Amino acid sequence: MTLRLYVPIDAGALAVGAEEVAAALRAAAARQNVAIDIVRNGSRGLYWLEPMVEAQTPAGRVAYGPVAPGDAESLLAAIRSGGAHRLHLGPTEDIPYLKRQTRLTFARCGVVDPRSLDDYRAYDGYKGLAQALSLGAEATVEQVVQSGLRGRGGAGFPTGIKWRTVAQTQSAQKYIVCNADEGDSGTFADRMIMEGDPFVLIEGMTIAAIAVGASRGYVYIRSEYPHAAATMEAAIAAARRGGCLGQRIAGSSFAFDMEVRVGAGAYVCGEETSLLDSLEGKRGLVRAKPPLPAHKGLFGQPTVINNVLSFASVPIIMEKGAAFYRDFGMGKSRGTMPIQLAGNVKYGGLFEAAFGMTLGELVDDVGGGTRSGRPVRAVQVGGPLGAYFPRALFDTPFDYEAFAAREGLIGHGGIVVFDDTVDMAKQARFALEFCAIESCGKCTPCRVGSTRGMEVIDRIIRNENRAANTALLEDLCHTLKFGSLCALGGFTPYPVMSALTHFPEDFGAPPRLQAAE
Amino acid sequence: MRQTSRNQGQAPWNKEIALQRIREHLHREGPLLPILHALQDEFGYIDAAAEPLIAETLNITRAEVHGVITFYHDFRRQPAGRHVLKLCRAEACQAAGGDPLAARAQSRLGVDLGNTAADGSVTLEPVYCLGLCAVAPSAMLDGRLIGRLDQQRLDALLAETRR
Repeated sequence: MTLRLYVPIDAGALAVGAEEVAAALRAAAARQNVAIDIVRNGSRGLYWLEPMVEAQTPAGRVAYGPVAPGDAESLLAAIRSGGAHRLHLGPTEDIPYLKRQTRLTFARCGVVDPRSLDDYRAYDGYKGLAQALSLGAEATVEQVVQSGLRGRGGAGFPTGIKWRTVAQTQSAQKYIVCNADEGDSGTFADRMIMEGDPFVLIEGMTIAAIAVGASRGYVYIRSEYPHAAATMEAAIAAARRGGCLGQRIAGSSFAFDMEVRVGAGAYVCGEETSLLDSLEGKRGLVRAKPPLPAHKGLFGQPTVINNVLSFASVPIIMEKGAAFYRDFGMGKSRGTMPIQLAGNVKYGGLFEAAFGMTLGELVDDVGGGTRSGRPVRAVQVGGPLGAYFPRALFDTPFDYEAFAAREGLIGHGGIVVFDDTVDMAKQARFALEFCAIESCGKCTPCRVGSTRGMEVIDRIIRNENRAANTALLEDLCHTLKFGSLCALGGFTPYPVMSALTHFPEDFGAPPRLQAAE
Repeated sequence: MRQTSRNQGQAPWNKEIALQRIREHLHREGPLLPILHALQDEFGYIDAAAEPLIAETLNITRAEVHGVITFYHDFRRQPAGRHVLKLCRAEACQAAGGDPLAARAQSRLGVDLGNTAADGSVTLEPVYCLGLCAVAPSAMLDGRLIGRLDQQRLDALLAETRR
């Protein structure tokens, strides 16, 4: 009997030796004279355990990790005999980190063969599309509106409202564009979906196309993600062969096709209007809004532009209904958020949960604190444009409004953990440096203010006219926030001001004084 | 045969091949970025001589082509070293100890980030996130991903760039 093993082909697993592990397992199987079938799945998102190998057993899948090539021989012997092994983690689904998650968007990631349309269908794939086809365009838009799904790229704009606007705009040509320019440090959920369950993104975009009457789609993937682009290309080709893209989708009267476009190393192209200019073959300059992309988007045509996770959440909303999805979460943040734990964290990975867990639970409890073993001093939530939060704010629930109320943002759901060796003045300076490197140059506060801001921080650190320079930095941040067209200039003040507010001692200020009597 | 003078064995600049690559993308909507990627894949960089060819074929100005090439960090205007080592310099990798590793790479290779060694052996580049933030710090050597970078792994990569 052939033994089925799973060795992830996710870039994060490859970076820590998954390819070498797969080769070692094949060699060990040849030596032990046993037939094996290695499925290259996506990652389950338990990155401290990668490369994580799973074996199919009569009782379900059993996990082992982190596996090194040198473990292959003993691992294979243990799997065959059912004997003990030091890397044995038990049934995969019972691993506590996985068990306590609510995997809706990531239900299949790490489970299926990402390039197999049959596998996708076997795990409930394309049920959402079938439902959309039976409900029709208008009711599909309403389902997405009612689900409460908000843009997972960071802005949190209601996805259904965007779709409704495009649906109501008359045009012979409309587009569906997926923003897969996941440039925020500390985020990798889009990459995981594209490498681990690409068909869910294709299905989500196809549903969007039917809902708004679009016939053409693009997935704009950053060039730093070559593996994601290759897997998406393969999945699109398979979907086409399987009648899920092209003319008469799934036997219906709808036609929709899509292609992958690769970016060229510009962070600002993650901003939707800049991405559209880039797709058109221009410099990735931010556009003024209005007009909204929903009215005049790609090539001036009505365009739905959503993040990978937004599209990837749609199939399950359609399959299980808006109410099912909306019942998760808190306040105006409905459903689940794939949260990414990164940086100096013990249990780094993907943790999908309903909105509402506190930052402290996520960092200390789920993440296990720092990998270095030192105390957690700060976390940056929401990428390079997100605020640095001190431990004092760890009671903040993971929710769009709760973070905004504390001068922060959840962005694309990345949490980067720093220990007590971090220099927050250096981090604040880096935020401005990054803004200077990546600014598209359209708005003066962003193009020039970022560089001036670095100089001002340097003066504060050198203790030159501290009070005046601090006031100047605050004023500059105010100008950036309100004088920039997009989030790059507009949100760079978040990391800068949060660092200055919560960690003034790192800027050379005397330790915070007790409140005066 | 692999070229030794260029990264990843690309061919020397050739106008006819360039025109062929350009024409392969003309059926696309917004073909400029795919064309520039194709040329860089072919030659390892985008030769200045490509600018008027693209401009003429797409019926846009040479200034527009030049503007696009220079806007994006990826597009090279001269060949890279035989190896390209990218070190992630974004926050998650900073948090996990990326700063001293970047300093070590620069001093060991005698090259600042963003530059090519005088002997043409290696181009050292910063990259702002490879999406490997849970196995940080990370790097990419000639397209191969490396996570959980530490001094020992870095030194092994640096040794590879000398080959």
